[in-house]
Amino acid sequence: MNPRKQRRLAFAITLLLAGGGAAGLAVFALQDNVLFFYSPSDIVDHPEKVPSGRVFRIGGLVEKGSVQRDTGLDVKFVVTDGKNAVPVNYSGVLPDLFREGQGIVALGTRDSAGVFKASEVLAKHDETYMPPEVVDALKRAGKWKEGEGPL
Amino acid sequence: MTGELGQLALCLALALALMQAFAGFYGASNGNLRVMAMGRGASLGSFVFVGLAFFTLMFAYIASDFSVLAVAENSHTAKPLIYKISGVWGNHEGSMVLWILILGAYSAAIAMTQPTGAEYGTRLASRALGVQGLIAIAFLLFILLTSDPFERYFPPPFEGSGLNPLLQDPGLAFHPPLLYVGYVGLSAAFSFAAAALLDSRNDAMWVRAARPFALVAWTALTLGIAAGSWWAYYTLGWGGFWFWDPVENASLMPWMIATALIHSMMATERTGAFKSWTLLLAITAFSFSLIGTFLVRSGVLNSVHAFANDPERGLFILMILVVAITLPLILFAWRAPKLTPGAPFDVVSRETGILINNLILTASAAIILTGTLYPLVLDALTGAKISVGPPYYASTVVPLLAVLAMAMPLGPIILWKRGNLLPTLYALRYAGAAGLVALLAALAIARPVTVLGVLAAGLGVWLIFGAATELLRRSGSFRRLGRVGAAGWSVTLAHAGLGVVALGCVGAGVWRTEVIEVVAPGSSMAIAGYELRLDSTQQVQGPNYTADRATITVLSGGREITKIYPEKRNYQAEQMVTTWSSIRTTIVSDLYVTLADPRDGGGWVVRAYVNPLAPFIWIGAIIMGIAGFIAVGGRIAAHARAKRTAAAEAVAEAAE
Repeated sequence: MNPRKQRRLAFAITLLLAGGGAAGLAVFALQDNVLFFYSPSDIVDHPEKVPSGRVFRIGGLVEKGSVQRDTGLDVKFVVTDGKNAVPVNYSGVLPDLFREGQGIVALGTRDSAGVFKASEVLAKHDETYMPPEVVDALKRAGKWKEGEGPL
Repeated sequence: MTGELGQLALCLALALALMQAFAGFYGASNGNLRVMAMGRGASLGSFVFVGLAFFTLMFAYIASDFSVLAVAENSHTAKPLIYKISGVWGNHEGSMVLWILILGAYSAAIAMTQPTGAEYGTRLASRALGVQGLIAIAFLLFILLTSDPFERYFPPPFEGSGLNPLLQDPGLAFHPPLLYVGYVGLSAAFSFAAAALLDSRNDAMWVRAARPFALVAWTALTLGIAAGSWWAYYTLGWGGFWFWDPVENASLMPWMIATALIHSMMATERTGAFKSWTLLLAITAFSFSLIGTFLVRSGVLNSVHAFANDPERGLFILMILVVAITLPLILFAWRAPKLTPGAPFDVVSRETGILINNLILTASAAIILTGTLYPLVLDALTGAKISVGPPYYASTVVPLLAVLAMAMPLGPIILWKRGNLLPTLYALRYAGAAGLVALLAALAIARPVTVLGVLAAGLGVWLIFGAATELLRRSGSFRRLGRVGAAGWSVTLAHAGLGVVALGCVGAGVWRTEVIEVVAPGSSMAIAGYELRLDSTQQVQGPNYTADRATITVLSGGREITKIYPEKRNYQAEQMVTTWSSIRTTIVSDLYVTLADPRDGGGWVVRAYVNPLAPFIWIGAIIMGIAGFIAVGGRIAAHARAKRTAAAEAVAEAAE
């Protein structure tokens, strides 16, 4: 093998090793750091699908009349997809666009009593925008009208 | 009437872009100087007409012409003038016009700066203009067919529906234009690479022509990303500066490839190494720009930046993307093997340093792309809705960048072709010691202690001192710093700037303190040595909003330092509430206070952060931006000097 070919081979092997290493790292990290999304109906109808103790995301509309604030930082509300509902507890500052009837996504775990303990609540930055997961959850619950929004 | 004028201007720009593409390719393949000159003229004309369309649109916003749909949907008479102007690109249609305007500016710059005589450079530039013309055609068609910014609205409403209040911010005036100058600037490098592949001569000459454009693009991307992160930091009220949001990723990936590209170009221009790799990077960099445009504009992603979308647009950009990636890659596969190899280099050499830089940066971009696309792919295949959060990036990209930071100070010191490792390390002994001291100091003082935090503190200082070491070596002594050329200064500042950014990221990311409390008027809360006393809250009236404004006295050790006034704003036209945080900075630390909601009993929820070193993130980015300006300016000056010398020689020759 002449030196030129040798160098090309070395270059190709380095590239392959680096590419393979990066891919391996990505796949390995993805296994541990993926957050699954479940709708209220997923949780109520198929609780066995929802891993206990693991952080996941839940989404839907904030049920009208369900938001209870106390004098401190704790907030309780109910997230619904129109068919089923899940109670959520949260302590902290809610996003500016959090309000009743609004689509939200929350991040957290579910306790043994079936209450979702949220560590983070996300509402979108635009009043007309609905998170796609929430749209999907409402569609599956039959509570979404194409082109118009939630029923 | 003005709307139709804008549309006509876009159509004329399209016609001229067609001419630019045709004349560019045809003139170059026949060596016909007049046809090539026509191509240059067409690109200038196309730029002028896009500019006319852009200013027509801007005029419609300033005049609040609600018979134009985009204006009615995104503007309002009560909006301050600056937001009427920057609101032009605060929505999908207008931002695409800005995109194409900047593309036209780059084409015009190519037409005006490149050779026009009978040499190879003229042919190269002509083909590059041809490729630029093709890109312009694709995007002008995209605008005219799917996103007409001048679409009429009848009957015109009495009042517009306003602009999202989060966008009513000076950030909108800088962040998107800078990012676009970066994204679109990569098209120039791409076009020169494609032009080089199209020519039978096919050598590394294109790198010399494309490098200034790549440097401009890198500088603008650096500043644009930093501006966006600063904007998010002070407006979103969460005290964070980077969220690994898919759209942030969409800007970081091209930045990484562009960084790899400017390094690899340096090696190719200097020693002829990595000729084909540099071509591939130039193609990849612009492809990542297009991927970013696709991700943001198609609505497939869930993000702050997602405007209301329709799938037709996504499909159109996807088509552009597929063509723009596959055609040059086919060309590359056909032509690249015919390239003559560059000079050989040892394992220990600056070329190897650049190779490490390139491998880590492209691997990081690939990992980010995987994390960004994985949810889309999984959704399409299985219907499972997942998201990939910050921990994924923290456990993959961040360690890779740490390895890169370890190697970075060695790069500019080690010699081309054949270097010596031990003397290089010895030259960096003081920088190494400084880094070690910083690492130990972080271990001793900073809380919480994390591996990443301690390591990053050491690496940041290592980068800064390493860059200073290199500058001193280059000049020989402090007194001769003035003789270090633009190239030397730009390398030092860029590397040191990154060190400053690293310190800021670790301070604001790892060492932050957060306190949330319900505070009654007259009482206080404590955070990291500060006492925040809520004096009062009152209603105030802004130009197009009302706000609850708190008056908070900041005390330290019982002494009053300052008063701050965080607000909760309510925009009537848009019916939206936003948080206006107060930041008191001492450069080495930020006190960041936001007013959340009122509680029964008269108390308010107040959220406060102390973010040590946070301003370093943006100071570092500005240092890197200055480095970019110096690099570009230095090349322009060198070019002008060479021209003058050549002209003087020609005169001397003629005199003989």
